[in-house]
Amino acid sequence: MAQYAVLIYERVAPEDLPKEIMDRHIGLPERIGELGGKVTAGLALQPNETATAIRGDLVTDGPFVETKEVLAGVYVLEARDLDHALACAKLTPVVEGGVEVRPLVDFQVVAD
Amino acid sequence: MLAATVRVTRDLDEAEEAVQDAYLQALKRWASDGVPDRPGAWLTTVARRTALNGVRHREVLRRKLPLLVEPAAAEPPEPAGPIPDDRLRLVFTCCHPALAQEAQIALTLRLVCGVATADIAHAFLVPEPTMAARITRAKKKIAAARIPYAVPSAEELPARVSVVLTVLHLLYSAGHTAASGDDLVRDELTGRALDLARMLRALLPAVTEVAGLLALLLVHQARRATRTDDAGRLLRLEDQDRARWDTAMVAEADRLVVEALKGGPPGRFGVQAAIAALHAQAPSYAETDWPQILTLYDVLLRLWPSPVVALNRAVALAMVAGPAAALAEIARLEEDGRLAGYRYLPATKADLLHRLGRDAEAAEAYRAALALSDNAVEQEFLAARLSGA
Repeated sequence: MAQYAVLIYERVAPEDLPKEIMDRHIGLPERIGELGGKVTAGLALQPNETATAIRGDLVTDGPFVETKEVLAGVYVLEARDLDHALACAKLTPVVEGGVEVRPLVDFQVVAD
Repeated sequence: MLAATVRVTRDLDEAEEAVQDAYLQALKRWASDGVPDRPGAWLTTVARRTALNGVRHREVLRRKLPLLVEPAAAEPPEPAGPIPDDRLRLVFTCCHPALAQEAQIALTLRLVCGVATADIAHAFLVPEPTMAARITRAKKKIAAARIPYAVPSAEELPARVSVVLTVLHLLYSAGHTAASGDDLVRDELTGRALDLARMLRALLPAVTEVAGLLALLLVHQARRATRTDDAGRLLRLEDQDRARWDTAMVAEADRLVVEALKGGPPGRFGVQAAIAALHAQAPSYAETDWPQILTLYDVLLRLWPSPVVALNRAVALAMVAGPAAALAEIARLEEDGRLAGYRYLPATKADLLHRLGRDAEAAEAYRAALALSDNAVEQEFLAARLSGA
């Protein structure tokens, strides 16, 4: 199995998400499991306004990049290959935005 | 051969190396023992054996380095796609939607057709290192993201086939009207695209859009010899010698169009092929079934709302309702702005103005088109039209 990070970009703030979407987030690992994939970790982020950037010694307000697409959460997904990972990631509920699927570095292979 | 080898290695670079190695072995062995009965099979067997050795070697290494032992990875399931063909899998890998379109085209030429990187770079007018880097990047993504080497599931097949067909169409178009340079037709690219379309047709007989694309390419190919005159000058459809069109190819395309349109709702390539086939059947430009073509363009525009389609529809509209009606459409497209820089927009406008006798405005539009073209043959054509306007 390969590991992927699924980055959730969602313009709607967490507190404004409809209950139906929240329920689908909660049920997501189970639905992905039904497809033969596995969610091994998940993080939900507070909105952009709460971010603090550190570059060198400089501490400033805000995320590094201010875009319309806001990174709202990340989960780690185990899947057979990219097609399998995409099929699983498509189940992620998003009101306005989308998800990005990125393979994780496999340190065993790198060392090899 | 590469396709069969990559199934063993699951790594394109390793497979390519194994194949090259097999050729080297063949050179040595065939020189002393003579060429075997089935040289292709011999090469494939040797390449696969070399590849398998490489894979085993890596596995031994892994076992002997205890810190790096991976949990026993489950053997990837045999792809459950409907057609177990190595070449087809390779096509779907190269044309995976997770790759950028330019990478899809380059990989297909390099890995499915075996075209050298230098030749691909030449065909797409980029320096060889640029093309080599593009191919390397794409291969890295295939490995890192684990883009599978598999025929997609039945439910994903239509969308994935559509990506492949788009690549083949772009490949053919790149060869058909090279954007610059002296040769209008690059037989290498058109031939490759046609071969691939035939292969796909044989492997996916139930997918009607494949029939549509093959039909479309066949009609283009049938008219290929008449697109330029003896001096290499571009000829418009209305000036081409229809007697020299390849009638066998047109007939084959006709049969495919029928197939493409009979099963379910038509797709974009099926409708485009139907339009091309109507042109190919007409005894002359004036006697073309323009109302039918206009209807087909309306269908196409719904399937594929592209401003280029709208421009082509305007040409058909001119034949049905007159140049003035078409000029109104052109004005709309100019306002739309998406075709800014597209040389066929001012060229079409110039032709319509010329037909209306508005020669001064026509000349201005021809000059605009001329400024946008960097193909020597096209430039000469537009310059000739300009002096005649």
